[in-house]
Amino acid sequence: MYVAAKGGEKAIRNAHALLAKRRRGNRNLPSIGLDQIAQQLTLAVDRVMAEGSLYDVELAALAVKQARGDLIEAIFLIRAFRTTLPRFGYAKPLDTAGMQVRRRVSATYKDLPGGQLLGPTFDYTHRLLDTSLGQGGVGGEGHEGHAPATQPETSVEAEPMPRVTDLLGREGLIEGAPEDDGTEPFDLTRAPVSFPVDRSTRLQALARGDEGYLLALGYSTQRGYARSHPFVGEIRFGDVEVIFEAPELGFELSLGTVQITECQTVNQFKGSATTPPQFTRGYGLVFGQCERKAMSMALVERALRWQELGEEPGAPAQDEEFVLSHCDNVQATGFVEHLKLPHYVDFQAELDLVRRMRAEHEEERREAGLKEAAE
Amino acid sequence: MQPSLTHSTDGNAPPAGRQSAMALLARAESGELDAMLARLAPVPASADLRPPEIGLVMLRGRTGGDGAPFNLGEATVARAAVRLEGGATGFAYRLGRDASAARKAAVLDALWQDATRRPAVDEALDPIRARLAEEAVRLRAETAATKVDFFTLVRGED
Repeated sequence: MYVAAKGGEKAIRNAHALLAKRRRGNRNLPSIGLDQIAQQLTLAVDRVMAEGSLYDVELAALAVKQARGDLIEAIFLIRAFRTTLPRFGYAKPLDTAGMQVRRRVSATYKDLPGGQLLGPTFDYTHRLLDTSLGQGGVGGEGHEGHAPATQPETSVEAEPMPRVTDLLGREGLIEGAPEDDGTEPFDLTRAPVSFPVDRSTRLQALARGDEGYLLALGYSTQRGYARSHPFVGEIRFGDVEVIFEAPELGFELSLGTVQITECQTVNQFKGSATTPPQFTRGYGLVFGQCERKAMSMALVERALRWQELGEEPGAPAQDEEFVLSHCDNVQATGFVEHLKLPHYVDFQAELDLVRRMRAEHEEERREAGLKEAAE
Repeated sequence: MQPSLTHSTDGNAPPAGRQSAMALLARAESGELDAMLARLAPVPASADLRPPEIGLVMLRGRTGGDGAPFNLGEATVARAAVRLEGGATGFAYRLGRDASAARKAAVLDALWQDATRRPAVDEALDPIRARLAEEAVRLRAETAATKVDFFTLVRGED
């Protein structure tokens, strides 16, 4: 039973004032602008949008600032904000084949139409700290003479970039994606989830799930817990157009673009009585440039399909109810962190109980001792 | 990214070019919309059919990129609907939360529907069209500079 605690208003007010002061830090330093956060801490902003499940760069930057860089707190702020807005409707599914690609790599084909584009990546960096980023003077990043990225002068023709899975699919070597039969996908922001769920619901839950959690679960599948031998068929990151049919207009409108990361894994499948051996796939799709998350999502998504593919169950990453019930970091942090709020009455009850049990225990021991002495 | 939209899925097709004009108005910065309105002055007074408001649109992906849809996450959208004095009604839907930009875009959509003003509106969209095209070219060139040719080596195990 939860019993409310009252009081502490003044302390709470003062704590919040102190939080604001600490958040601001040394007032001799300029306050960080939201545009600076959006431009220079882009990947933090992307993660907040992905797990906050709300695409709005400026709001995510504000949340990062207000949360003092605590990304889960920032995600919480975004989730709370979204509940204040009306829902205008559902957009048409994003067309990732039509993406204006900023990065695109495949670990399965070295030569593929459209080519491999590394884009802005940490891959192949030496992971050495660059002290020049901390310097303001000559040689430092803040200095005008600091070398900017070379600007290629050549103009490049737009090239079509078919998804790798589409290439494999033409030969029938990989399973097709589940067909769009016109059914409206389940929306877990509108109705409670009850297990078992379909693949669309899993994808929605995973897309807003915690990156660290999905990383650990994805890692576990590689280490042998639900082993499915994945290859990264393709990762692409870039801009896609948002298309929405406004009810009052009756035709489709282009609302602008969002950045997303897509990961397609290609996994083993030995075939069944009805299906010849072919590759299977896992799918990851995330707001922003969140590559680790998109890959982890694809690994976990594939592991969750064990039943459909006739695989042996038993690994944590295959347990749909376990995976999906614990992937939301706002729910998780709410339940974990509520433990620090006053539980005085609960605890008093437990204290009384333990004291009583101890007294009884003592009594029993004393009686047993007397009995022994008498024998 | 430049808008690609040129089609409609049903019989309720808008006049040719309106979708692409609206796509540009959705991508214009607030200052660019101000510049357009200044360029097209005088603009008739407008009344709100629906006051500018901010809301959410649920974005969707497709399983495997081309399969059954799923709900990916929401995006903020600002929308507005206006009627020009003695003229057409205009609508706007834009990603983001700039309600006043949505209203300006709706006014420009209404102006576009006046056949006599349409050429001027289209012309006023040129700077936005040019900016988006330039951004796309630059992005493509920057990205193309990171194109790799991986090659595999035969290991000397004969």
